[in-house]
Amino acid sequence: MTDLLTNWADWLPQLLKGLGISLQLTGFALALGLPLGLVLALASSARGPALRWPAIALVEIGRGAPALVVLQMVYYGLPSAGLNLSAFLSGAIALALTTAAYTSEILRAGINAVPQGEVEAGQALGMTRQDILRFVVIPQGVIFAVPALMGFAILIFQATALTFTIAIPELLARAYRIGAATYLYLDVLILAGLVYLAVTIPFGWLVNRAARRLGSHLG
Amino acid sequence: MLDTFLALLHGVPVSLAVTGLAFALGAVLGVPLVLMRRAGHWLPRLLARIYIEIARGIPPVVWLFIIFFGLGSGIVTLTPFQAASLGMGLISAAYLAEIYRGGFLTLPAGQDAAAVALGMTRLDRLRFVLAPQVLRVSIPPMATFLVSLLKDTTVASTIGVRDVMMLVTQQAQAAGGGFAPFISAAVLYILLSIPVALLARKMDARLRARTSR
Repeated sequence: MTDLLTNWADWLPQLLKGLGISLQLTGFALALGLPLGLVLALASSARGPALRWPAIALVEIGRGAPALVVLQMVYYGLPSAGLNLSAFLSGAIALALTTAAYTSEILRAGINAVPQGEVEAGQALGMTRQDILRFVVIPQGVIFAVPALMGFAILIFQATALTFTIAIPELLARAYRIGAATYLYLDVLILAGLVYLAVTIPFGWLVNRAARRLGSHLG
Repeated sequence: MLDTFLALLHGVPVSLAVTGLAFALGAVLGVPLVLMRRAGHWLPRLLARIYIEIARGIPPVVWLFIIFFGLGSGIVTLTPFQAASLGMGLISAAYLAEIYRGGFLTLPAGQDAAAVALGMTRLDRLRFVLAPQVLRVSIPPMATFLVSLLKDTTVASTIGVRDVMMLVTQQAQAAGGGFAPFISAAVLYILLSIPVALLARKMDARLRARTSR
């Protein structure tokens, strides 16, 4: 037992460095993916079919394709299209695409939850369609979507573990490397699991709190 | 492109087998888990809660590594296929238990009260009154979960399961780049998930006809 604890103490700094990279990837994926998700959400509920159908197709393909397929496509596919990106950037872009596809549906649900009366009130005030969207519908719709978006953030954080397949030195990759060097796979992988839990469980509580607070708001 | 697509089809039985086994394992294990989650005593409730949080809080690929490389180095040696099915099954149990729990929450309290009034035993109430109705409301979310499970099992390729994803990687290496293998794979996974959605709708309609609200 003391052996295990000394090993864990030895390995933890390495793993925390990996966790830093996992969190950075999560941050990039959300920062790039959420705005794109909002654009897709608006486009897929647009009136014109020229905008609506391509957006719906993109969302369905993005959600239907496994995250691992998207990741490998960006990493192995883009260089043959003449675009050479670092592993980190490839990983961030791939996760951002997955984020955009999923969050567009979450945001669309949030936008649809804005009561029609709000839109009518905007019209009665003589606001243009664009202004109603920008000042009335989107701000409230995004807030309705916050708990679900936070829940999705946990999933995309977990998905960063997939990027070890493209040699990004994130948490899982570092744990596996230590395992390969020491043959203590179980010990180090359990520590890695605990590090993931240290992020996902407290964040999960925050999601629940946000959902409750918003629920009482809507009451 | 068509050749690539056809080559990927060889991985479909393995992908479906891992998904099916994991789902079956999860659907069965989810039952005691949800009963513990709803138990009167605090200890089973706490244990179920801990299991669910841990199973869902660690990424699936990390679970597979723990089972395949971790337990595999001297404790229990499993084939990649067994490790993947078991690992994804244990995770599924947690998700499905929460889906069942959501189903219980939708039941009107009067249902159980009426069964108590009729003098039914606890087990009979569960079996004949509560479970059928919980199952009915659980089917749509279960189908959604099954589709996401099919996509999540792609991580089985990382421990050496020869599923569709593994063939995608091989095809991509053989082709020396390009998008064809990945686009084929995306199309294939989407095609595979359509029957699940249709089946779920059919089962939902059938069970809806048998139980009233």
